[in-house]
Amino acid sequence: MKILVAVKRVIDPYVKVRVKSDHTGVETQNIKMSMNPFDEIAVEEAIRLREKNIATEVVAVTIGPDANQETLRHALALGADRAILVRSNQSFCSLNIAKLLQKIVKNEQPDLVLMGKQSIDGDNNQTPQMLAALLDWPQATFASKLVVQGKMIEVTREIDGGLETLSMNLPAVVSTDLRLNEPRYASLPNIIKSKHKPLDIIEYENMGVNLQEHIQILETNPPAARSGGIKVASVEELFDKLKHEAKVL
Amino acid sequence: MSTLVIVEHDNKVMHPSTRHTLRAALQFDQNPVLLVAGHQCQAVAEQVATIAGVHAVWITDNDRLEHQTAEAVSELVVSIADSFSAILAPASTFGKNLLPRIAAKLNVAQISDITRVLGEDIFEHPIYAGNAIEKVKALDPIKVLTIRTTAFDGVNETQSPCCIERIDKEIKESVTRFVRHELSRSERPELGSAKIVVSGGRGLQSAEKFKLVEELADALGAAVGASRAAVDAGFVPNDYQVGQTGKVVAPSLYIAIGISGAVQHLAGMKDSKVIVAINKDEDAPIFQIANYGLVGDLFELVPQLIKLLKHN
Repeated sequence: MKILVAVKRVIDPYVKVRVKSDHTGVETQNIKMSMNPFDEIAVEEAIRLREKNIATEVVAVTIGPDANQETLRHALALGADRAILVRSNQSFCSLNIAKLLQKIVKNEQPDLVLMGKQSIDGDNNQTPQMLAALLDWPQATFASKLVVQGKMIEVTREIDGGLETLSMNLPAVVSTDLRLNEPRYASLPNIIKSKHKPLDIIEYENMGVNLQEHIQILETNPPAARSGGIKVASVEELFDKLKHEAKVL
Repeated sequence: MSTLVIVEHDNKVMHPSTRHTLRAALQFDQNPVLLVAGHQCQAVAEQVATIAGVHAVWITDNDRLEHQTAEAVSELVVSIADSFSAILAPASTFGKNLLPRIAAKLNVAQISDITRVLGEDIFEHPIYAGNAIEKVKALDPIKVLTIRTTAFDGVNETQSPCCIERIDKEIKESVTRFVRHELSRSERPELGSAKIVVSGGRGLQSAEKFKLVEELADALGAAVGASRAAVDAGFVPNDYQVGQTGKVVAPSLYIAIGISGAVQHLAGMKDSKVIVAINKDEDAPIFQIANYGLVGDLFELVPQLIKLLKHN
């Protein structure tokens, strides 16, 4: 079984993001970037399936500028077999990303596509569902457990009221939730090895995918600031404030 | 052209998220149609028909819709989408799972987690865990939107029931099969819609000691939440989690106990009206957004608070 894992380069989750003063976006200059945490979980799951001899090949893919090679090298260091960069300096909405991935899926013919449930920059939580729709494949979103049995996959999903388990035919698209696994760290020998693994670059312009603009970003603003509160000295004072000042009790 | 609101339900009862989604829909369409897709779900349609502002209820009752898989429901919605210029659902796991699939089938964008409607095609939604607010214009002929329910008040007014229309459609047999549910049962109010939420973090130390949070919640008639650290440590199940990767809540009162206030957690609760933090670390980031902070040992302070609440 071949697995395609889609990964994204995002601002590191521990960085405090700042909105640009001209409101065109957030500051990304000289900011630490990392692989989207949900995608690391997707890579880890693919590698585990490879280690169990369920998967025969794990291919990592991303879309973006040249700097994204670093993110792909990280996936290779974690254990992916090879990587593909769809190179473009443009930024794309989820639907257009899904269309580019659809093309990659057509070329690669994987049995399973694993991706994070959302990227921590756009917080959209859309691309896996859209890719599944374009391919007309079944989808299992927010996966916290998956079991592959021959041509079938059983996925336990995190839903608002608890858990739901679905069973579906492969090929399928599965998006990962945080509790699916604990991603490993790349060891130094594996980082060195990863430099010799194949990384193909496809120019977006040569993909033959016709994309149109679906969303126009008008402006990006900082959220309304909360005014700093006060510290109270005792439980009695807290109770009094909640009852008489805030009137929430 | 009209707006379609997809009703979240369990075939018996409408989920309260519908009332909030309807509020957002009413901001650009006075005659929204609500779709109840499920199996043996007539009671849900009847319930929805009495919410003020609902123009019509469409019901599709089909055993292939029983578990409302994204594959089956999107097939239905896409087949009726021509009649609508906007399709809305709550940004719950139900709506997030379903709407992008519908949007892609219609070849249109989807906008997630809308917190403000500024026109029929201009919306605001949070990005970067709520650290930035993006204003976007949807350029497609059909707007497909998920609504952050805590940003819109629920429509609680009633009307005499509007018309309920049956929409019968063939639904393909799906390659996705439902296996089972494992739902958390609780007598407490639901986390997403509770007026008061009491949340515990790693500071609670164990599942046993986390019961203190539950006791305080019960004294207040509140829902119980948790930080990711508390969930990962196994103190409480996953669906208690408040944050960027869990639930987003905005109650009148949010009490954070033993929670430091990581960005990920704040993304899920910083729009609460009044925030109280009880933490022994006076430099914890949670104090920067808390209206009332109490520094000290939660194992002493929380029992005192419970006692005080019970005596008043």
